[in-house]
Amino acid sequence: MASTQVGEHAAPDRVPAATRPPDDDAPLREAARRPSRLRRFRRDRFLFLLGLPGVVLVLLFHYVPLAGNIIAFKDYRPYLTIWEAPWVGLNNFAVIFQGDPAFLNALKNTLVISVLQIIVVFPVPIALALLLNSLLSERIKRVAQSILYLPHFMSWVVIVALFQQLLGNAGLYNTWARVNDLPVLRIIGDPDLFLTLITSQAIWKDAGWGTIIFLAAISRVDQQLYEAVAVDGGGRMRQLWHVTLPSIRSVIVLLLILKLGDVLTVGFEQIILQQGAVGQDASEVLDTYVYNRGIIDGNFGLAAAVGLVKGLIGLVLVLAANKIAHLFGERGIYSKW
Amino acid sequence: MVSVIPGRRPVRPRAARLVNGMTPPHPVMRGVKGIVLLLCCSVVVLPFIGVISTSLADQEQITRAGGYVLWPENPSFEAYAAIFRGGVVTQATLVSIFVTAAGSLLSVAVVALLAYSLSRPGSFGHRPVLMLVLVTMLFNAGMIPNYLLIKQIGLLDSLWALILPPVVSAFQVIIVRAFFMEVPQEIIDAARIDGASEFQVLTRIMLPLSKAVLAVVALFQAVAYWSAFFNAMLYINSTEKWPLQLVLRTYVVDNTAIGTDLPGEVVPPQQSLQMAILVVSLIPICLVYPFLQKHFAKGVVIGAVKG
Repeated sequence: MASTQVGEHAAPDRVPAATRPPDDDAPLREAARRPSRLRRFRRDRFLFLLGLPGVVLVLLFHYVPLAGNIIAFKDYRPYLTIWEAPWVGLNNFAVIFQGDPAFLNALKNTLVISVLQIIVVFPVPIALALLLNSLLSERIKRVAQSILYLPHFMSWVVIVALFQQLLGNAGLYNTWARVNDLPVLRIIGDPDLFLTLITSQAIWKDAGWGTIIFLAAISRVDQQLYEAVAVDGGGRMRQLWHVTLPSIRSVIVLLLILKLGDVLTVGFEQIILQQGAVGQDASEVLDTYVYNRGIIDGNFGLAAAVGLVKGLIGLVLVLAANKIAHLFGERGIYSKW
Repeated sequence: MVSVIPGRRPVRPRAARLVNGMTPPHPVMRGVKGIVLLLCCSVVVLPFIGVISTSLADQEQITRAGGYVLWPENPSFEAYAAIFRGGVVTQATLVSIFVTAAGSLLSVAVVALLAYSLSRPGSFGHRPVLMLVLVTMLFNAGMIPNYLLIKQIGLLDSLWALILPPVVSAFQVIIVRAFFMEVPQEIIDAARIDGASEFQVLTRIMLPLSKAVLAVVALFQAVAYWSAFFNAMLYINSTEKWPLQLVLRTYVVDNTAIGTDLPGEVVPPQQSLQMAILVVSLIPICLVYPFLQKHFAKGVVIGAVKG
């Protein structure tokens, strides 16, 4: 057989047909193509070994913690291991079912921020993409893109720091405003303006980057459609309304649906960095609630319970969002950027 | 037929340059667009200029400006010299460099091997393993179980707690695997007939052919490692193991005064020190930014198409 000629690791199905000796025995060839499990393991054991480190890391850092969620049903004590901790049933979930005010506040803030993200932050990249697309000079467009994408790669620590230096009480703007007798901005550290602050930070960081996907969609629009509008006497606004927007509608809908799948997850790093300045009433969201109750207060069971419920609802939402996206005739995106 | 007459071009109305079948927009409209665009770009650029300028400014100018300056009059690198004279920031920079380098190298190696082992059609067990990897995109076990795991395996307050968990990300495995699968089967067959082992196919054919995609994965990971902040806050206690992002948070966001360990030295202004730390944390990102922009943009679109 061919396999003996080219060595053990070369599977028959990887040898091109031309090198195989002519063979009329179809069933036998079929059997050779799909060897038994054991033979395939012997054949591919080296390949399997190559993947092993990655598989071990995936199991350890993604699946083992999944099992660690049993702590949500236990009374965690620092001096006991997870296994030794006594079971307490659903006690840890009481904050959720009995509506602990702090928990409800976190839930409320999370949802409010999510809704703001969808209504205010989401349309900005679309508008920006339309603006970039309408530029005549390819060079200006490229320069603008280079500038606008940059903040996406900054960590939240950097962005929060930048906002403070710029808009904080002793920051660049306020110092300048005081000298020139202009109104002073109190956006940093004011609980009432916290939502405005994090919303503008989100826009500053990712609005430019968000244009990529819309620009890609716009670039695929058939140019003849624009000319058809022009021939029919339509102006630029008509081209925008009747050609560009309908062409990117499916992308918009898809991204919107996927965003809905994420409503329980809002910028955790962004918020935890600024929580000290505005207090928990204004800034506590589900993720920070888990952090503050668990890591800071040491109430691991309760925190894990909230995290678990949040994770499960999040999973259902993501799956549902993808399902809906499929119904809209789109391929789902399981990953976020 | 007009064009054959010498000296006469085909007559076309003045609109020599049509955009989308139309004449270019009115100058006023173009002006408005230009202003909006300029505004957007300055909102992004000005903070960076302010930060760099302040890091270079001297005490006198900073006092006069009340804190921050947009342009240094007597630029000096005193602040940078001060933070790199040893001490917390120097140490944190080294930690960040180590975590970033070790993490991204490890990541590329592990991801490439895993992707390769999943890329051979019909190989043993590749389907369940692929599922195992893909499903991780859907869920996150949660902060508390992750913390407890790190604690149980004894990585608390160890730099490995920052390096190991993000090594394999399903998305990158998918990208590299897709790339490996596009390598024509004929090349691999040819190598096999020449007697290449599985390992030789990987090292002599697959890896050289996919240098570009592996570089992109390394970049992805390097940026993620460099910017990671929360895991350090969660897992690292000792100040000497703080990465730069944590130092940035403490000294710049939380505004803790930066002491210099060297008595008798002229201390550069606090703001300059803070901004110098900020700039140091930005430099690596800016260095690789041209590549990032090119490849990450592609990645976003691939991600959207391949799902």
